[in-house]
Amino acid sequence: MTHYVRTKDAPLLPPPASTTGIVGWLRENLFSSVTNTILTFIGLYLIYLIVPPIINWGFLSAVWTGEDGDACRSEKVGRAVGACWAFVEAKFGQIIYGRYPVEERWRVTLVYVLGFGALIPMVVPSLPYKGLNALFLLAIYPVVAFILLTGGNIDIGTGFWIGFAVLVAILLGVAFFAASVAKIIELRDGIKGVAMFAVPFAAVVLVSSADLGLAPVETSLWGGLLVTLVVAVTGIVASMPIGILLALGRRSQMPIIRLFCIAFIEFWRGVPLITVLFMSSVMLPLFLPEGVNFDKLLRVLIGVALFSAAYMAEVVRGGLQAIPRGQYEGAMALGLSYWKMMRMIVLPQALKMVIPGIVNTFIGLFKDTTLVLIVGLFDLLGIIQLNFTDPNWSTPSTSHSGYAFAAILFFVFCFGMSRYSIFMENRLDTGHRN
Amino acid sequence: MAVSEQADAAKVALWNNPRFRALLSQAVLIFAIVWMGYEIVTNTVSNLERQNIASGFGFLENTAGFGIIQTLVPYAEDSTYGRAFLVGLLNTLLVAFFGIIFATILGFIIGIARLSKNWVISRLAAVYVEVFRNTPLLLQIFFWYFAVLRAVPGPRESLSAFGLFFLNNRGLYMPAPVFSDNAYIILVAFIAGIFSAIALRWWAKQRQIRTGQQFPVFISSLGLIFGFPIIAFFAAGMPITLDQPELSGFNFKGGMTMIPEFASLLLALTIYTASFIAEIVRAGILAVSHGQSEAAHALGLRVNPTLRLVVIPQAMRVIIPPLTSQFLNLTKNSSLAVAIAYPDLVSVFAGTVLNQTGQAVEILLMTMGVYLIISIITSMFMNWYNARMSLVER
Amino acid sequence: MKSKIIPIAIGATLGLMATSASAATLDDVKAKGFIQCGVSQGLPGFSNPDDKGNWTGIDVDTCRGIAAAVFGDASKIKYTPLSAKERFTALQSGEIDVLSRNTTWTMTRDTALGLNFAGVNYYDGQGFMVRKSLGVDSALKLGGAAVCTNTGTTTELNVADYFRANKLEYKIVAFEKADEVVQAYDKGRCDVYTTDRSGLAAQRLKLEKPDEHMVLPEIISKEPLGPVVRQGDDQWFNIVKWVHNAMLNAEELGVTSANVDQMKSSDNPAIRRLLGVEGKFGSNLGLSNNWAYAIIKQVGNYGEIYERNVGPKTPLGLARGLNALWNNGGLQYAPPIR
Repeated sequence: MTHYVRTKDAPLLPPPASTTGIVGWLRENLFSSVTNTILTFIGLYLIYLIVPPIINWGFLSAVWTGEDGDACRSEKVGRAVGACWAFVEAKFGQIIYGRYPVEERWRVTLVYVLGFGALIPMVVPSLPYKGLNALFLLAIYPVVAFILLTGGNIDIGTGFWIGFAVLVAILLGVAFFAASVAKIIELRDGIKGVAMFAVPFAAVVLVSSADLGLAPVETSLWGGLLVTLVVAVTGIVASMPIGILLALGRRSQMPIIRLFCIAFIEFWRGVPLITVLFMSSVMLPLFLPEGVNFDKLLRVLIGVALFSAAYMAEVVRGGLQAIPRGQYEGAMALGLSYWKMMRMIVLPQALKMVIPGIVNTFIGLFKDTTLVLIVGLFDLLGIIQLNFTDPNWSTPSTSHSGYAFAAILFFVFCFGMSRYSIFMENRLDTGHRN
Repeated sequence: MAVSEQADAAKVALWNNPRFRALLSQAVLIFAIVWMGYEIVTNTVSNLERQNIASGFGFLENTAGFGIIQTLVPYAEDSTYGRAFLVGLLNTLLVAFFGIIFATILGFIIGIARLSKNWVISRLAAVYVEVFRNTPLLLQIFFWYFAVLRAVPGPRESLSAFGLFFLNNRGLYMPAPVFSDNAYIILVAFIAGIFSAIALRWWAKQRQIRTGQQFPVFISSLGLIFGFPIIAFFAAGMPITLDQPELSGFNFKGGMTMIPEFASLLLALTIYTASFIAEIVRAGILAVSHGQSEAAHALGLRVNPTLRLVVIPQAMRVIIPPLTSQFLNLTKNSSLAVAIAYPDLVSVFAGTVLNQTGQAVEILLMTMGVYLIISIITSMFMNWYNARMSLVER
Repeated sequence: MKSKIIPIAIGATLGLMATSASAATLDDVKAKGFIQCGVSQGLPGFSNPDDKGNWTGIDVDTCRGIAAAVFGDASKIKYTPLSAKERFTALQSGEIDVLSRNTTWTMTRDTALGLNFAGVNYYDGQGFMVRKSLGVDSALKLGGAAVCTNTGTTTELNVADYFRANKLEYKIVAFEKADEVVQAYDKGRCDVYTTDRSGLAAQRLKLEKPDEHMVLPEIISKEPLGPVVRQGDDQWFNIVKWVHNAMLNAEELGVTSANVDQMKSSDNPAIRRLLGVEGKFGSNLGLSNNWAYAIIKQVGNYGEIYERNVGPKTPLGLARGLNALWNNGGLQYAPPIR
């Protein structure tokens, strides 16, 4: 009697053809049930409705080159005309630089190049010298950009220097009092602290007031991408420190400070940005003493910075709340003062945790910069819209092409940033989240 | 450290006392705020007085003199600025109300579609979210506005449906109900329907607890809420008639109109906000652990009750707080109406009225105050709702 | 020229806002070395920037005239583009020295807003533009029409008055910015576009097919447009007023930018007074005596300015009409320099 005992595995059969390859994938993902099949067809029909017309409009029947609007008028070229990219091409300089004088545009280009040149090594985690890079980006670059864009040569006047000297003297006095009478700090630390504030500040003011031979360019000539980037970047950079202070204040034990911070944050978060911009353009001038005026762009920047600081504060607060109590207790047990604890233990962890949130706030702010066109600054969208009324280019497809181009530019910036935020989120995810 | 070495509680100097320091810094803050407030007020007052600019809220009683295209309450050129304020406020609330409803519905659909196992559907939803989330709202508003204006014909070539609805670039014209005297009976019947539905629900719940049997509450409630008014409508001798729009001169007269500004603002707000809500919904559903639905299936619940009774209630806890802030954002974003001439609060009051009277301070304060109050009320309501929905832990 | 954007900001943040003694505008202007002139955000013929940011127009020339009178150099000027909403605040707060932005002189603005109108550099009236295909030849046939216009200008009120007075129904669609009005009208949102007739002429050029539109004959309002200054500074008020008057007097006397040098040796005492050869009229204004010479030499007389910016040979093609000199049947009439 022989038993049939198998000594070898049966040969592996390939999976049924209906579950592998393209067919399998299709069956699995598109046609697994009746409902699914119907959904697939609805989806495909939607794609059919949307995609071919867009391709036709944007590429096949688009006009790519042309001297003026005639190139985009279907009765002139004798065919149906889709997008009028020639319009974008003709106005490209304005879209990027606004009405910045042509012979001075190299300054704006230099600012763009320096900015992106410093930003890219900053955001790629594997590149070294982060500290130096950050110093350049946050301390030196703004001054350089400011001087390049405005032309520097600011009229400071002696009043400012007198005031500055008085301020430094007061600070030194406070430091001296704190060191010798109250004995909270060492005298040398106090003087060092004051110097660390006063010397760079004086240097910045000195450089900005020096005549470097650059022609002054008024901010009313700025426009296009330049204004968009200036408003967005200044807003985010200025809102960081204010936002951190507000977030700390909101979690403070001191009732008045907490109340003030809550009121401040909730006020700015409760009103639409457009009313803030109206306020900065028609109400703020009335608040100031006679003879004191801000530049219009500067007023908008102040409004935007305060507005985004409130949002930033909430993002930072989220990070602060996520720090385990043990970290605070440990720091206090080590005898660190409040500010040292925050600076050395809590904030580094909290801020790292909320980088995605910060990037998202930035994306929101970047999109919101378009609102400045309502108060009469010509940002990217504003300058494109302004050019719709150029009689040379008044064709039926001009406005759609302009809007489409603006949408593409904004999309590239925002989508890129949101991908970066997801990338950072994954990278910073240490795996031990509770 | 110098502090810790001489940290003798009895001898602690005043400035090393944390309570004193706290008091000092708060006093400094109060002083700074009061001083700034004083500066602002005195500057403003002196600026206004020096230049003989009118101030105060007396202007609200003055005649406005301008027309508004969409008014929910009676308004004419001889109404007051105060009335114009009310008209603007109601228009803001109107677009925000419908925007919130439509954005929520669309957002839920897209959010669920993104989680669909169907590859085409989930990709489409993802593309939708990325495209509309990453372009500025203002751009979208302009785009829809001018796209809508281009796409629809002029009044004389209106598209019509059943001879009752007309669509052209002046708006969508619809028949308007005209209420005669005893139309209130229908309202009464409607309210009675709502109350009886509530009673039915209570009764059904009691019965289910007692016997375990379920009762189709939803369908029968619908029947009650809509059935009562319909019966009342016929019983009262059809007191509602329709006022039909008809072409006269350039444009349609009569009926109700939905102006293109409203339509495109609503469209843009809905589409934009829905892309954010979709992400919130997706995150909320993903946050419900898979074990929950597996357990529900194991208990013998079918797909539908599992979603309705197990997954969605838990997902809602995660969804509601960010959803609230999206609702608020939508309301605040409706202020972009000013760009396309929809007569909302900012456009009518902080726009036209401000220009006519020149009283920037009063008008902007009132406008910002309104948005603040809306914000506060919404977040209070949502906090209450959130507290009701939140997990009651042991 | 030094710019003054930031120092004031720093000063303010440092709490050094010592309220400057309410100095006269002329002294301020002389100290900073240029005139800050509030203009529109782009209205061809009145104040319009080209691609490079060079401004042209009647309103711009009024400002250039002031700069020429004060500094002897018409280019010492900076422009602040302002929306309809911002314009009065900008003037009241001292951000600009003069507002020259096709602004209608009304009683409210003269009284409740603390402003002074220093003359009328363009007499305008509100009109209607419609599509020719509409087949309308009179504004009285516009009953039920949808009307596009700007918010917060006198036009919005005038159109309301006009339709009410004639018992016509209308739907108003009011936009914040003029460019949006043009776009919406062009895309068929409205039957009628209403604004000042000069504005209609200017905006018509921006339409896709300007020939398919026409301006109706009715003029429904008086719109005297002119430069505006703050109340409470009579010297500056006088300067702005007399810059305009000097331009008118120059045209009346036949002095142009081309012949002003020969005219200096004219025997006509009125011309001699105007050009500062006789009398001390300039110093009474606080200016140099050849103030008017500089205006005419560098900017031109009123007629030249008109022809250059809005006249029949420009794209706007506006006839002189009300803006002719008084002795030619118009309203432009300047008091004598005497």
